[in-house]
Amino acid sequence: MRVAATRAAAAVAVVAVLIGLWEGYHWVWASAGWTWPFAVDNTSMPHVWTIAKAFADPAQANQASLISLLLHKTLFTAKEAAAGFVIGALVGFALGVVLVHSRLLQRGFLPYIVGSQTIPILAIAPMVVIWVNPKLPPSLQGWGAVAVIAAYLSFFPVAINSLRGLQSADPRALELMRSYAASRWSILWKVRVPASLPYVFSALRIAATASVVGAIIGELPSGLQSGLGGAILNFNQYYSIEPQELWATNIVAAGLGIAFFLIVVGVEKLVVHRAPERRA
Amino acid sequence: MSAANPVVSIDGVTKSFAQGNVTALSDIQLQLEAGEFVSLIGPSGCGKSTLLRVIGDLVEPTAGTVTINGKSARQARTDRDYGIVFQDAVLFDWRTVSKNIALPLEMDGWDRAKRKERVEQMLQLVELTGFGDHHPWQLSGGMQQRVSIARALAFEPALLLMDEPFGALDEMTRERLNLELLSIWQQLRSTVVFVTHSISEAVFLSTRVVVMSPRPGRIAGIVPIDLPAERTVETREAPRFFELVTEVRELLRRGGE
Amino acid sequence: MSAAAISQRAGRQVVEWLPALVILVAMLAVWEGSIALFHIKQFLLPKPTTIAATFWDDRHELWPAGWYTFKEALGGFFGGSIAGILFATLVARFRIVGQALMPIAIAANAIPIIAFAPIFDAWFDPLSPHSKMAIAGVLCFFPVMVNTLRGLQSVQPRQIELMRAYAASDFEIFRRVRVPTALPYVFTALKVASVLAMIGAIVAEYFGGSFEALGVLIRNDAQTFEFPTAWAGIAVASLLGITLYLAVAITERVVVRWSPAARSSQ
Repeated sequence: MRVAATRAAAAVAVVAVLIGLWEGYHWVWASAGWTWPFAVDNTSMPHVWTIAKAFADPAQANQASLISLLLHKTLFTAKEAAAGFVIGALVGFALGVVLVHSRLLQRGFLPYIVGSQTIPILAIAPMVVIWVNPKLPPSLQGWGAVAVIAAYLSFFPVAINSLRGLQSADPRALELMRSYAASRWSILWKVRVPASLPYVFSALRIAATASVVGAIIGELPSGLQSGLGGAILNFNQYYSIEPQELWATNIVAAGLGIAFFLIVVGVEKLVVHRAPERRA
Repeated sequence: MSAANPVVSIDGVTKSFAQGNVTALSDIQLQLEAGEFVSLIGPSGCGKSTLLRVIGDLVEPTAGTVTINGKSARQARTDRDYGIVFQDAVLFDWRTVSKNIALPLEMDGWDRAKRKERVEQMLQLVELTGFGDHHPWQLSGGMQQRVSIARALAFEPALLLMDEPFGALDEMTRERLNLELLSIWQQLRSTVVFVTHSISEAVFLSTRVVVMSPRPGRIAGIVPIDLPAERTVETREAPRFFELVTEVRELLRRGGE
Repeated sequence: MSAAAISQRAGRQVVEWLPALVILVAMLAVWEGSIALFHIKQFLLPKPTTIAATFWDDRHELWPAGWYTFKEALGGFFGGSIAGILFATLVARFRIVGQALMPIAIAANAIPIIAFAPIFDAWFDPLSPHSKMAIAGVLCFFPVMVNTLRGLQSVQPRQIELMRAYAASDFEIFRRVRVPTALPYVFTALKVASVLAMIGAIVAEYFGGSFEALGVLIRNDAQTFEFPTAWAGIAVASLLGITLYLAVAITERVVVRWSPAARSSQ
């Protein structure tokens, strides 16, 4: 309990410092009139209280407050990100399992797995959406395609790290298993997979963020209004008038990313009964 | 051995950790003459490695002083008066064997030509001529340890500190390296302080064996080794060798009580 | 190196890359074949041959756009990476600062940076390459900083003890031990950053940018259903990203000759 309290206190302190830095920077740059790296005024750097107030106010006349609007959108995006994360993690891990058994397959496919991440998924997103949507049942349409994009960004770190983790099994443990004439399957699950856990969780932390990024980016070309990506595009158009709304949205998006990350860390602490921070 | 000015004088050295709860060394009194080969032997926790580090000014004693050739331990370290070899070769993977040996010379500001010359001498000394351009990972454990010794000797220091340098090697390599070390020592005539777990190694190499006992770390006894100066493979089979080994063993047993 | 050794090395390289080459040819063949076989709408996913043809035909438009965006990526890559390395070096020096900042850096790493692209546009003028360079820079900064710090902190204590036995100054220890130990970690992060920089620039351009930019070009082509050109543009982006990655990987092989990857090829 003590640890949680100190952690919470530290987090609050950090936020306080950040707010202080923000306002301090704003004040110094605005007073001095410096324009590098960018000109500072209430539009480029809205005051913290303006942003805070924006949360409570409605985004548009006669509507719910911004914060509740953003929460709805966050849940929508979170749904896409979570689905993408799970699909990506499973696919990534499966790839790792397949590749660990064959050096030939590794040499053949790894360059393309790495290369896949050089393809700007955002650019392909419209095509993915048009192609995937009709194949999905109506309830999954729209956000389902975005989940695919989130999965695309999530699978890579998990695949690479799963492979490394599965390969990291102690050769002597493998020899022991072979002396028991254990089947490949049993060696996999009894020795390799447990050895891979620290690596896999390290990758899951990266994949958590990647899935949120993928979800937000995926929404952009699909024109989906219901998520954070849509909100960012919308509020971007009004930036010069109401900058605080875009900032508020970004803060919420940042919160979503951090939340996903913390969930993975939490699950890791439950599943892996030892210090998760290995040299993975 | 003359009783002239001792090279290393350890005077009332005490070392405790954890606010005095753990006493690693208690009032150690020891004088080492020039050119001696002294082994420190004892069970785990007797403080032998700590004592070695106190001599090397890598650990500060809680009480007492160490004087090396009239200087304080700190001064001796700053003046780079000794070489040290650890149980693990501690070589830098990113440097070749030659460059690993040259490390202390570089830090002391030697110019390239002189460094090259000294490195060649050292490689010859440890019988690794021709391996200068290899990298540590290309060498066996025994060879890596020889590089480590070559590095420690690069300055031809008057004092050599060795912390179980052959502990990680198999017995045959160990015995071979023991002979090599003796031959190197006889050529350079440095004073050696050698920490070890192995009774036979201590007796074979040394002019004196210092037996230590734990909790708190103190000297249980000192056994002068009166074996002939020329030690060979046959020395290990001599009756006097076994007598000395037994003497050390008895001291170890009694010291542990 | 003798001629025999060189040819042996070359032979080994060929064997290493042969499976990948085979897979590439196989994938292209399957791609080309299935478009025809399954009547996949050409406008969504053209044949590789069509993309290659467009790549060449529209080169006067595509290649300069690619270069424009690549410059943004390079600027961000170098700026972000250097900042990351410097920051990590400072933090490693003052351990308490490091321990305090680590959780913040980890949290910052979990933020979808790309969401800030529109704000960076507002700060640095959407039509200027600097706003995209800034995003690419921020994307590169975090992995490089975190990994450099880890590398600097992963020095073996025995090596430090050895240096102290030689009365080495803190700066000498830094120069002779910490930096070489950290280099493999730094290069791992640089490889990640190289890909992120290019992707970051392209995605940032999506929110708005100069017509000379590749990301804008791809977006516009996709919106006007000129899919072959869009795909050719994607191919350009991908190739440039791979080029930067390979440049870093080759530099790594040369600089960090002691890494396990380099060792296995000896």
